[in-house]
Amino acid sequence: MSAYKEIIENGIWKQNPGVVQLLGMCPTLAMTTSLVNGVALGFATALVMAISNGAVSPVRTYIPKEIRNPVFILIIAAVVTVIDLSMNAYLHQLHVVLGIFIPLIVTNCIVLARVEAFAAKNPTLPSALDGLTMGIGLMLVLALLGGIRELVGKGTLFSGIDLIFGPAAKSMVLHLIPNYHGYLLAILPPGAFIGLALLIAARNWTQLRNTNPVKPASSALKPAH
Amino acid sequence: MAESIFKHASKTTIVMAIFSLVGTSLLAFTHDKTKTPIDASLAVEKMKSFAEILPRSQYDNDLLNDFITAPVDGELNNRAPTKVYIARQAGKANAVLLEATARDGYAGDIRLLIAVYQDGSLGGVRVVEHKETPGLGDYIELSKDNWIKLFDHISLITRPSEPWKVKKDGGEFAYMTGATITPRAVVKATYKALKFVEANKAQFFAAKATANLSPVK
Repeated sequence: MSAYKEIIENGIWKQNPGVVQLLGMCPTLAMTTSLVNGVALGFATALVMAISNGAVSPVRTYIPKEIRNPVFILIIAAVVTVIDLSMNAYLHQLHVVLGIFIPLIVTNCIVLARVEAFAAKNPTLPSALDGLTMGIGLMLVLALLGGIRELVGKGTLFSGIDLIFGPAAKSMVLHLIPNYHGYLLAILPPGAFIGLALLIAARNWTQLRNTNPVKPASSALKPAH
Repeated sequence: MAESIFKHASKTTIVMAIFSLVGTSLLAFTHDKTKTPIDASLAVEKMKSFAEILPRSQYDNDLLNDFITAPVDGELNNRAPTKVYIARQAGKANAVLLEATARDGYAGDIRLLIAVYQDGSLGGVRVVEHKETPGLGDYIELSKDNWIKLFDHISLITRPSEPWKVKKDGGEFAYMTGATITPRAVVKATYKALKFVEANKAQFFAAKATANLSPVK
């Protein structure tokens, strides 16, 4: 079981895609203007990563190494398109919310990175778990970044939640700072860079403070890097 | 070498071809299976957005299949051909729903959905898509502000040409300090759309739909 524990630790903290691997920066920076946006994009990404990792792993032995990248991209693009179409057809309400994020996910290199670094070398179940936890790790970063930018930029949290849970949820929007006139910089692109930089700094600081002699975890699985 | 280059290359090619074939068939199959429910939910979405500016009680026809195609550019300024939907009550046309584009917003196109009654008054205007600055120019969205409701039920007759400007330019439309370009573009596009409907009144509100639209003189 320790192998699974290590996968989870890597995804959430040690190899967090958002603040350690720094992969998939484009959607990370562009879409995190609010907490709800961040969580929604992160959730969709985690779903796609779990499924594409799980889809690549069973066929990994049939793929010659010269053409592995085109095949991986083909599988990821096919999986994402199937998810997009099925969601649009059978979970339309969810698609209205997440629909705009899904095409962005294809271009997110964290998906290809995990397929290449993990799913291509490991069995199906650990691969799917790796995709899922890496996705959740990214989701946490997106949620934090979105929350910080929303709070500083607009003084609210959970704005736009009515798009997910219907108009009744509008009362769930928290106006934490009364009579706040907004701080536009946080919402505009520079706010994304500054916010992400602060998150990376905070993560590194915590990591350094807690550096106790870490034993190199032995594992049956090959390392991610 | 256990394997000749030729043999290796053809094996690789075959594997790639098989994956492409499987991927393509999977997509074709999914597309085929999901097409009907997707079209249905898109139609529902569209009717929902129509209902915001034109009450369902105003028409009884199959709105989505009763339209005249409006050309690109021209008064509506759309970048692709759009449909002008004709709302009929007991066979008599009493309103049109059309799309117009303002290309002179602060950032990119602002796409509008506009309902116009036969007497020339506006049912309302909604912003379908825009890229205006968040927190500054986005008050044209109904979810952010009620500004767009300024257009409800006004017409070219109740407001002759001059006041169709924001207050800063000598018109009557309110705007928010710091973001004048956005409302200016929306007011202008709405005004031009009303002119377009007026110029094509005969075609839109005729007993039967005809296909020739005349430009605004």
